[in-house]
Amino acid sequence: MAIFIRPLGRWVLNWVQEAGAMLLFLLQGLALAFVPPFRPRRLLQEINLIGVKSTLIVLLTAAFTGMVLALQGYYTLRKYGSEGALGSAVALSLIREMGPVLTALMVSARAGSAVTAEIGIMRITEQLDALDTMAVNPMQYVVMPKLLAGLIAVPLLTAIFDVVGILGGYLVGVVLLGVSSGAYFSGMVQSVVPLDINGGIVKSLVFGLTIIMVASFKGYYTEHGAEGVSRATNQTVVLSAVLVLAWDYILTSFFM
Amino acid sequence: MKRGNLELVVGIFVLAGLACLAYLAVHLGKMEFFGHGYQVYANFDNISGLKDGASVEIAGVDVGRVESIKLTPEDQAKLVLRLQPGLKLYDDAIASIRTKGIIGDKFVKLSPGSSGKVIPNGGRIRDTESAVEWEDLIAKYIQGKV
Repeated sequence: MAIFIRPLGRWVLNWVQEAGAMLLFLLQGLALAFVPPFRPRRLLQEINLIGVKSTLIVLLTAAFTGMVLALQGYYTLRKYGSEGALGSAVALSLIREMGPVLTALMVSARAGSAVTAEIGIMRITEQLDALDTMAVNPMQYVVMPKLLAGLIAVPLLTAIFDVVGILGGYLVGVVLLGVSSGAYFSGMVQSVVPLDINGGIVKSLVFGLTIIMVASFKGYYTEHGAEGVSRATNQTVVLSAVLVLAWDYILTSFFM
Repeated sequence: MKRGNLELVVGIFVLAGLACLAYLAVHLGKMEFFGHGYQVYANFDNISGLKDGASVEIAGVDVGRVESIKLTPEDQAKLVLRLQPGLKLYDDAIASIRTKGIIGDKFVKLSPGSSGKVIPNGGRIRDTESAVEWEDLIAKYIQGKV
């Protein structure tokens, strides 16, 4: 019996330990943002890597998400003769759920994995130790700008996602399927309340921080050469996707 | 990437993101920078699911929003309405809760009245009509009371 229980206990202990270590890692990284020397240029580089370079994939995902939401919504709503509610259906699903979650998943796939691979390779080639010997804190030089960039870039990407998705929905709903354009936009304006927008922004802030925290943590503590980097990258994508979806449920239950 | 280019690209990205955020917050979230206007309140027996931010209409024209909903000690719903400045409501005004279409959004319909006595800013609309509940109507119809 103990043969089965012992591994379970070990697994749970490891898991709790890693969660705690990750939280401390995050707090340490964020605290270093307030300690000189400040390097604004590092932050710009990271916003470029995490935000700007994810824009294209986010635009594509957003346009198709909005379009398919409008298509699905149209055929469902038409049964009840309320195609006029299409705008609010598309806008609410995008702003509350699809926008933050899909943006976060795209960023974790595109930028999260890159962050882990970059830091992981710096770890196994001892570049992080080299920074340390040059009296540059690697947490502050490498990790902190990435965390801040995640915090800044992901909400902005989410806002872009929402707007582009709404336009994609417009394209299909109004231009292709002939819902009145006034009904689409006014329905949207009437049914979206400030709580929806704020909820979406809070979600995207949390997701951005979560993704980059997981990615940096996994990279920072990479072990065992190339294989270790591949394992860390793999774990980053899986763990950040799972955490994003779990956070999404928790935050939704708080906000709605 | 050259220094100038990096700054330019990040600047454009941040501007685009902020523009989208501003569109969402101001246009869809109805965030108001000038939170003034004509404020009145009204007590209803039943608002059946009207939400914060629902629209207020006079003669079908959008003239304001429901700013807050609270429960009074008498178990009534107290709605605070924020209306366009310059609007005049008289003390025989009637506020009623209506629905757009069968499954549409709930909104507050105002009839401004004509008594000549204006309700001041922060005043109360005394006459209110609660929401019509479909279940009640159907129940009445089944029992033959319509």
